Amino acid sequence: MSGWLKDKGHLARMAGLFAFGITAFLVFRWVMVPPGFGLYGHYRAGALDDARARPLQYAGRAECEGCHTDIVEARQGSRHARIGCEACHGPLIKHAQAPTEIKPTRPDGRVLCVRCHETNPWKPKGFPQVKVADHSDNGPCTACHKAHAPKIS
Amino acid sequence: MESVLQSVQGFMYPNEVELQWGILIVLYPFTTGLVAGAFILASLERVFNVEAVKPTYRLALLTALAFLLVAPLPLQLHLGHPERSLEMYLTPHTESAMAMFGFVYLWYLMVVLVLEIWLDYRKDIVLMWRDSSGPTRWLYGAMALWSDNISPASLALDDRIGRALTVIGIPSAFLLHGYVGFIFGSVKANPWWSTPLMPIVFLFSAIVSGIAAVMLVYMVTAWWRERAFDMGCLDTVARYLFYAFLIDFSLEMLDLIHRIYEADESFRALDFMVHTRLYTSQVLVQILAGTIVPLGMLGLTQLVQMSEKARRRIYAMAGVLTLIGVFAMRWNVVIGGQLFSKSFLGYTSYKMNFATREGLLPAILLLILPFVILAVLIRLLPPWKVQRRGAGVSG
Ligand code: HEC
Ligand code: HEC
Ligand code: HEC
Ligand code: HEC
Repeated sequence: MSGWLKDKGHLARMAGLFAFGITAFLVFRWVMVPPGFGLYGHYRAGALDDARARPLQYAGRAECEGCHTDIVEARQGSRHARIGCEACHGPLIKHAQAPTEIKPTRPDGRVLCVRCHETNPWKPKGFPQVKVADHSDNGPCTACHKAHAPKIS
Repeated sequence: MESVLQSVQGFMYPNEVELQWGILIVLYPFTTGLVAGAFILASLERVFNVEAVKPTYRLALLTALAFLLVAPLPLQLHLGHPERSLEMYLTPHTESAMAMFGFVYLWYLMVVLVLEIWLDYRKDIVLMWRDSSGPTRWLYGAMALWSDNISPASLALDDRIGRALTVIGIPSAFLLHGYVGFIFGSVKANPWWSTPLMPIVFLFSAIVSGIAAVMLVYMVTAWWRERAFDMGCLDTVARYLFYAFLIDFSLEMLDLIHRIYEADESFRALDFMVHTRLYTSQVLVQILAGTIVPLGMLGLTQLVQMSEKARRRIYAMAGVLTLIGVFAMRWNVVIGGQLFSKSFLGYTSYKMNFATREGLLPAILLLILPFVILAVLIRLLPPWKVQRRGAGVSG
């Protein structure tokens, strides 16, 4: 080696190594980062289409209420009126699209009601809670409470 | 549920009962602290030209490298998906301190440490390349980048660049460890962590632990090689340790006094915690055994004339206690910050497993690993003068 590089040869090689490393990283990044990344935010834009392509599970309350007007009436004025139908009945879009072919099962009150109403000090104070073991003599909750308008009396 | 709740006293929110950050997350700031501390010790020698601590210079650099290579492993184990950590480099989120820190880590590893070690060792590498044969020859050749120019002019150039790197390296080392404190200090919701002093306290305890570690590594290697200790060097390093420790201790006390004086709404809950669940690890291990005792011991060597043997023993003991104390400090920050409820009405406890992914066993292995790496590095790049075939003593 000659000229001004004479005593800098090793440094030039190290610089070359770094340049190679950085280039390799950039190439790797270019290969690895999916197209559309960052278009709308810090995610892959295609993820939106992927999510859109997934089959729907929930029909939404408005859909149920269109047919089950009797339930809407039953719920009127009740504190359960604000709860979405599918929060208790589970995802039912298939039923909403083909009501007679797919008939949903009725939820089991013993399981369902307890999930929300069992006493738990972490719940906010105003939330109606019961110690289920002391409350109902092991009877089904729906024997005394109507599911859609649970207040007795 | 019942068994989990047994560790709870008082009122805990559901997501607070079980600790998410365990011993591995304690290990992480401890290891990066050793890196930063060891490097800062090396830099002191280089920037201020302190002749006395020269025997520890290369040792400190290699120690820093060994620990830096291991530093990310506890995080990888904790997260459990090492392949995903790459994403942080590919698509970094500029608003995430953790993601940005990935680059600080890379910068520090490649540009500061590896480059500085390479420049400092280049002459030795070239000489070893010339002297060796077979695969080792190839290895040293590769390390020298197959450039065997060790003319005085080229070495002088290396030295100049190395010095510049050291100067860049100091803020980098500060950033490296300041960041770890920053991560904790910036958690607004946690009064045990959230203080702007956190990065500074972390940094100084890092310097303390790094100096103690290098001092111990120096003593062990000298003893292993059956060489006489360079007492001048040891005394100087111990003095640095003492001074750094004094600053660190004052900062920690400042933090404590500030908390006591400010006595905000979290104070009583935290005070109770320090007097109960953290009493052993904070008051006994960290403050008493890990700070006041070693400080006293080191202070004594400054005040009283002592035989070499007595000083050596004191340094060794103080060094070990210091490391235990700094580890306890990391423990108390990481674990302590998760023991109390945000409601300030209850406490949980940390149950450490043994042979699980985040248990004690991997933590112990991760503490041993840097020393294995260091042993290999020392074999490859001896920090001291070596006898060479034919060439006599050189390097
Ligand atoms: C297109 C009209 C329609 C929509 C929309 C609809 N249903 Fe129905 N649903 C029916 C009909 C009709 C039946 C009676 C089917 C039968 O008895 O064979 C029924 C039956 C049911 C039953 C069972 C009643 C029983 O006697 O056991 C439940 C529960 C139910 N629907 C809930 C829902 C919920 C929740 C939704 C909203 C996700 C919903 N339905 C949407 C028409 C509809
Ligand atoms: C709080 C939970 C809950 C909510 C919210 C709820 N249901 Fe029900 N629903 C039940 C339970 C439990 C039963 C079964 C009652 C029984 O077995 O006596 C039931 C029964 C039904 C039935 C069977 C016929 C009947 O009158 O008992 C229909 C239809 C029905 N629900 C529709 C709806 C619709 C539509 C909505 C939303 C407007 C809705 N439900 C909201 C819990 C709920
Ligand atoms: C998805 C959660 C959920 C489920 C399941 C549920 N509830 Fe409720 N329940 C509520 C909420 C929410 C309220 C009203 C709270 C409010 O208004 O602040 C309520 C209120 C009530 C009340 C008080 C009514 C009043 O007017 O004082 C009773 C009684 C009750 N539920 C009984 C039941 C019974 C019986 C079942 C089972 C059939 C059941 N709940 C299932 C969420 C639930
Ligand atoms: C034997 C009849 C009976 C049965 C079975 C029963 N309840 Fe009740 N429940 C009552 C009566 C009576 C009240 C008080 C009147 C009211 O608030 O509507 C009540 C009140 C409640 C309340 C309101 C408490 C409050 O603080 O406002 C909840 C929630 C409740 N019951 C849940 C349940 C659940 C869940 C079950 C099933 C495990 C159940 N109940 C079964 C009779 C019954």
